[in-house]
Amino acid sequence: MKCRKCGDRAVLELRRHNAAFCAADFVDFFRNQVREAIRRYRMFERDEHVLVAVSGGKDSLALWDVLLEDGYRTSGLYLDLGIFDYSVESHAKCEAFAAAHGAELIVVRVTEEIGAPIPVIKDVTRRPPCSGCGLSKRYLMNRVALERGFSVVATGHNLDDEAATLFGSVMHWQTEALSRQSPALASTHPKLVRRVKPLYRLSERETAAYAFLRAIDYIVDECPFAKGATSIAHKETLNRMEDASPGAKHNFLLGFLDRARPAFERVDAVPLNECARCGQVTTGTVCAFCKLAERVKRAG
Amino acid sequence: MKVILRNPRREVEVHGNRRVKDVLRELEVLPETVLVIRGDTMLTADQMVGGDDVIELRPVMSGGSR
Ligand code: SF4
Ligand SMILES: [Zn+2]
Ligand SMILES: [Zn+2]
Repeated sequence: MKCRKCGDRAVLELRRHNAAFCAADFVDFFRNQVREAIRRYRMFERDEHVLVAVSGGKDSLALWDVLLEDGYRTSGLYLDLGIFDYSVESHAKCEAFAAAHGAELIVVRVTEEIGAPIPVIKDVTRRPPCSGCGLSKRYLMNRVALERGFSVVATGHNLDDEAATLFGSVMHWQTEALSRQSPALASTHPKLVRRVKPLYRLSERETAAYAFLRAIDYIVDECPFAKGATSIAHKETLNRMEDASPGAKHNFLLGFLDRARPAFERVDAVPLNECARCGQVTTGTVCAFCKLAERVKRAG
Repeated sequence: MKVILRNPRREVEVHGNRRVKDVLRELEVLPETVLVIRGDTMLTADQMVGGDDVIELRPVMSGGSR
């Protein structure tokens, strides 16, 4: 197979684009997709300081790499979830990446913020680990960004992540979730920072290829709790559809964003309050994070 | 040739020369879910592999709520 651009031997075939690329031209293609995402959704301005949430995995480090290469002012945020060796190793990958690029890495420990690491939170709540974990991550990203004066947080969510989330929401017709799914969530309250996903046009195979070709040392092994996650089951289903019909995931997600999402946009916006305990934004009186911290404290 | 799979890490011997896509089919791995790595480069599905090759099929899926 030959590179569509230069005719050299291709290293990656992108069936959904009916194309194959050599290493250099793939890296170009990848960066252009990120630029297109940033432009289309006006994710951030040239001079904005961007907080990049990094996990040590391929997606977030690939994203940070592209933004650094394009000259954006960025800092990394690593949330230490306290998940055994996985957290130790992923933290080390982020530190090494930041050091190699002379970039700032902010580290926040879930154990210090909530009183216990994710595995203990899982036991206390008797809920799937990803539920307490996801909640803590969203909360801490926003709070850290606010405290440090960032107006935008960028995460490494890719096309597969977004398509799997969409699939889950559609399967249960969660119209509320459908209205909120977007590559860019504007700030709807002075205490909510903008959240953007510049990799939403790139599949996880593409982000893995970019990380490999850029020799980014990322953690290949999964979080030990990822196995049972429903998002994985949805990804597997979507990948079988993709295999039978290249472009299925892309059309599903981008078609939704362009044509279906506006229909779910809510007119009656939910009123937002500030949490009585921590001051962060919530729809109730006390936010979910503070309630979780309270449960952990009582169980402790 | 030796094929390295991950999560959990394991190795399988595959005999004879064949195309990457046939190796994937034999091992029941969807092309969309892995990078095919040989040394410091990646291979497309139409490439021939065999002999003393060591091929890594690196999964690309990451999971959970992120
Ligand atoms: S897989 Fe679940 S528990 Fe593990 S890091 Fe992701 S969200 Fe957290
Ligand atoms: Zn080329
Ligand atoms: Zn609170």
